[in-house]
Amino acid sequence: MVSKINQFIQRFYLAIIFIFLYAPIAVLIIFSFNESRSRARFDGFTLKWYINMFKDPQIMDALYYTLIIAILSSLIATIIGTAAAIGISHMKKLERSTLMNLAYLPMLNADIVTGISLMLLFIFIGLSFGMTTMLLAHITFNIPYVILAVLPKIKQLDQHVYEAALDLGATPFDAYRKVIIPEIMPGIISGALIAFTMSFDDFVISFFTAGNGVSNLSIVIYSMAKRGVKPEINALSSIMFISVLTLLLIVNKLSSSNEKAQRN
Amino acid sequence: MKRKQLAYPFVIWVALFTVIPLCLIFYYAFVELNSTGDYTFTLAYLKKCFDPLYVKVFAKSIWLALISTVFCLVIGYPAAYILSRLQTQSNIWIMLIVLPMWMNFLLRTYSWLSLLEKNGILNNFIGMLGFNFRINILYTEYAVVLGMVYNFLPFMILPIYTVLKKMDQHIIEAAHDLGANKIVVFRKVIFPLSLSGVISGIAMVFMPAVTTFVVPSILGGNQVRLIGNVIEQQFLQADNWYFGSSLSIVLMVIILLSMGIITKYEKEEGGVGGLW
Repeated sequence: MVSKINQFIQRFYLAIIFIFLYAPIAVLIIFSFNESRSRARFDGFTLKWYINMFKDPQIMDALYYTLIIAILSSLIATIIGTAAAIGISHMKKLERSTLMNLAYLPMLNADIVTGISLMLLFIFIGLSFGMTTMLLAHITFNIPYVILAVLPKIKQLDQHVYEAALDLGATPFDAYRKVIIPEIMPGIISGALIAFTMSFDDFVISFFTAGNGVSNLSIVIYSMAKRGVKPEINALSSIMFISVLTLLLIVNKLSSSNEKAQRN
Repeated sequence: MKRKQLAYPFVIWVALFTVIPLCLIFYYAFVELNSTGDYTFTLAYLKKCFDPLYVKVFAKSIWLALISTVFCLVIGYPAAYILSRLQTQSNIWIMLIVLPMWMNFLLRTYSWLSLLEKNGILNNFIGMLGFNFRINILYTEYAVVLGMVYNFLPFMILPIYTVLKKMDQHIIEAAHDLGANKIVVFRKVIFPLSLSGVISGIAMVFMPAVTTFVVPSILGGNQVRLIGNVIEQQFLQADNWYFGSSLSIVLMVIILLSMGIITKYEKEEGGVGGLW
């Protein structure tokens, strides 16, 4: 009896947490179907914002830049970060800790300070603001996340594997390509995914490093603040949210059935 | 080729895009443009940061971030605990905790406007239930704290959940066998062992909360100005890079100090005994 009550209280508590976390998202999705532009009164069902969204150049451009910058910056950050992680793991203690501390600086520092310091740099070297500056900024804050994801995998690696590959006649390049990289692949992939997500959702650093005509979704949303966020944006976000949810549920389903298959 | 040379592109990158930019901030914080068009050394802007007006802003930023962190901990710990004890499908539930972060952070924060407005959804709902009171916290510090707790709660739940999930159940069973009741087991065994998760949760909530300028500018209107808002204003509206840089440096020092304090506790806890 006591454990039943206990269980009920626990479920109830979790339910409240989930309501708190999802209420704003539910509101957003529901109002993406709202006939009027009101964001507090539901005036009837429509799909027009979903259609308008594809015709809105401001939103489509922002989506394009958000995606292209997230893809490029996570790709480049993954390459530099993975190489750095391998290099760092072969350094002496002092070199390693100095470099690691520097690597964590953009993570430790406030977003706003990172954004402003990069803005000052780009003004200082006379780089005009646009996609390049935004890309450079995103790569900068993405690299630490890649290093952080890859380093533990390298530590788990048996150091003799590399030497064994060399003994068996592999060139160092081959040893990396065929032995080391596949071994640490899970770390590289999770690093790349984190980097992609960080870049996709970034506002503060983009805000200080984007130029005229080049904005990501966050910047567009922020600039809409005064006049009210367009319902088309709600439509776009609802689509993205549902896609991610579906994707995660599929991945989860697959991995749990994999586990079951392995157990049997 | 030595293997450590693989890190060289990164070293160059860090020098160009982390070290030099920070040096620039330091430079601008300590100079001013004099009448002859030269930059001369000055401490005037750094001094200005300690003007009572700005000390107040710093204090308020830290205070609101602290309150938000405490709320996140008090709300998040039980949630992480319950989640870690779920027998079935606990990874789906933890996934659902992370999922909101996939929706744009600005949009989620804007969404609170529709909920909190005078004639908003929440007040309509309260009215429908027949109550006579209304929630009127929009554009106040309460709304800012609510927004911070909402945005940063998953950052508190995740690390605590990870630690609790990994905890060796035999230790807890042993404590029960030795006669400890549930409260004692929690206070003397579970909580101390989960402290590393608690500490990283605190760090992950407190830091972004101190420095955010988006949450106060959306949910606080023009009524709540935190340090992030002042810095943004100095750079983008007042065009005063010198004062903006000085404020940034003070903010960096505050963050590094708090991180130092937080990680110091973690190290002390690494040993036996310690705080609890």
